Amino acid sequence: MTQWAKYWVAYLTIARREILRFARIWVQTIIPPMVMVGLYFVIFGKLIGQRIGEMDGMNYVDFIMPGLVMMSIITNSYANVVSSFYGAKYSHYIEEMLIAPIPNIVILIGYVTGGIVRGMSVGIAVTLVSLFFTDFSIHAPLIVFVIAFLTAFLFSLAGLINGVFARTFDDVTIIPTFVLTPLTYLGGIFYSIRLLPETWQQVSLINPILYMVNSFRFGFRGVSDIGLGTAIMVILFFIVILFAFCMILLERGTGIRH
Amino acid sequence: MYALEISRLHKTYANGLQALKGIDLTVEQGDFFAFLGPNGAGKSTCIGIITSLVNKTSGTVKVFGHSIDKESIMAKSILGSVPQEFNFNTFEPVQEIVTNQGGFYGVPAKVARLQTEHYLKQLGLWQYRKLQARYLSGGMKRRLMIARALIHKPRLLILDEPTAGVDIELRRSMWEFMNQINQQGTTIILTTHYLEEAERMCHNVAIIDEGEIIKNTSMKSLLRSLKSETFILYLRDDISQPPALEGFAVPVVIDSHTLEVEVPQTRSLNDLIQQLDSQQIVVSRMRNKVNRLEELFITITSKLEIMHDTVG
Repeated sequence: MTQWAKYWVAYLTIARREILRFARIWVQTIIPPMVMVGLYFVIFGKLIGQRIGEMDGMNYVDFIMPGLVMMSIITNSYANVVSSFYGAKYSHYIEEMLIAPIPNIVILIGYVTGGIVRGMSVGIAVTLVSLFFTDFSIHAPLIVFVIAFLTAFLFSLAGLINGVFARTFDDVTIIPTFVLTPLTYLGGIFYSIRLLPETWQQVSLINPILYMVNSFRFGFRGVSDIGLGTAIMVILFFIVILFAFCMILLERGTGIRH
Repeated sequence: MYALEISRLHKTYANGLQALKGIDLTVEQGDFFAFLGPNGAGKSTCIGIITSLVNKTSGTVKVFGHSIDKESIMAKSILGSVPQEFNFNTFEPVQEIVTNQGGFYGVPAKVARLQTEHYLKQLGLWQYRKLQARYLSGGMKRRLMIARALIHKPRLLILDEPTAGVDIELRRSMWEFMNQINQQGTTIILTTHYLEEAERMCHNVAIIDEGEIIKNTSMKSLLRSLKSETFILYLRDDISQPPALEGFAVPVVIDSHTLEVEVPQTRSLNDLIQQLDSQQIVVSRMRNKVNRLEELFITITSKLEIMHDTVG
């Protein structure tokens, strides 16, 4: 058996374990985002949305649907990796992997796979919920898939970085609460940035989540505040940076080796 | 080629604690090696470095000739470790913990499942295979970690207190199992606080204290260096004061039926019994106060303490 084949087995083991972990506790991992997004649809889509009227030439509920799916993908891919990695560190079973002949990149990709699968599964579940409130239509399915995949990839990496630095369970929730949620809410889920004054439009462009939400909305509705090419480049840029940073942390053993 | 070769190994933690002060250590292939020392002596740090859980400050470590720095994948793939602390996901089923570890070592799923069955059966855990690990008793958890460490058939197995908290009957069956593994060719390094275990199982021994190796020799020659042994004698009749024994220190009267006698290496037990006999003192039974290695261990480490106290 070649070394590469062994790494492949190790990768499958990590990925399978990560997927099983969240699948076993689906009541905690899959159901809550469905309930939350359902409430968003009821309140913002139906009750308030009807008074808002149209946004970017479509019903308000149709406008917010891609953003809500994207928000679920972001928070769930992030949460999956940060809680799983920190849990493994906290209970020391991360040592099972650290003593084994697995290159760090395999560990990283294994965890990221878990995050991506959770993000995408929740994305599909939430899309199913949206069918009760909007008509299902996809302008460009491939773009929807690619953007969802890349976004889940990016936030899985971010979750791992958080997991590496986390020393207490509080540290696991600080970044999602104080950074991720505000950036997501201000990332154009509920409004088109064209509604904002010129200055705030420019400020909004610093927020990477804006690019993901808009390109995702383009995939569903064919409408976006941002060019698709720019959006993909921005996401890829952040993936490269965070991937490299994760590798440096794992090679150094930050937070996991004394 | 040695199974393990450590040279000039230093470790200073971020808080300034110097856990290892340049230790040298070699373990022969096929050996059953005791690595002993009081708590905080540096054993776990040393094992942590060998198993790549702790970053060393300087020095080299080779496992069967493979450097843990330059050939870490090779070194790791032939090394198995049973740590002191439980380090598995307690919410995972027993079987999955072992099979997954096989996966981490690149053992294909089918083979890993068969191996898991083999070791879980050997260690008496097969009936608990579907149970989440948190429901196992302390002794079962230790055995689970042994099964997990063997799944990839390591050539060097490090057991860090594998029998801690395990009752005596089970401990004996674990000794038998470890012996069997050793006889099949696996080199074993054992740390333990049960010195009887080390004396019984191990051929060679190193004692570490305050980050330095203070003894590294064969078990036989270490035990030979024991200057005296202490025996507890149970007497048939009451005595009120200690008997005078020529060539022995004054025995300690523990109670009216029990005497504690230190027998120097230069004296025999026959001599002791003869002298007691001549004073009409009948010994019904006797036993070692502690086992021989324990006696030595206490002497060696307390000597050091005295030395440190004097220096300090």
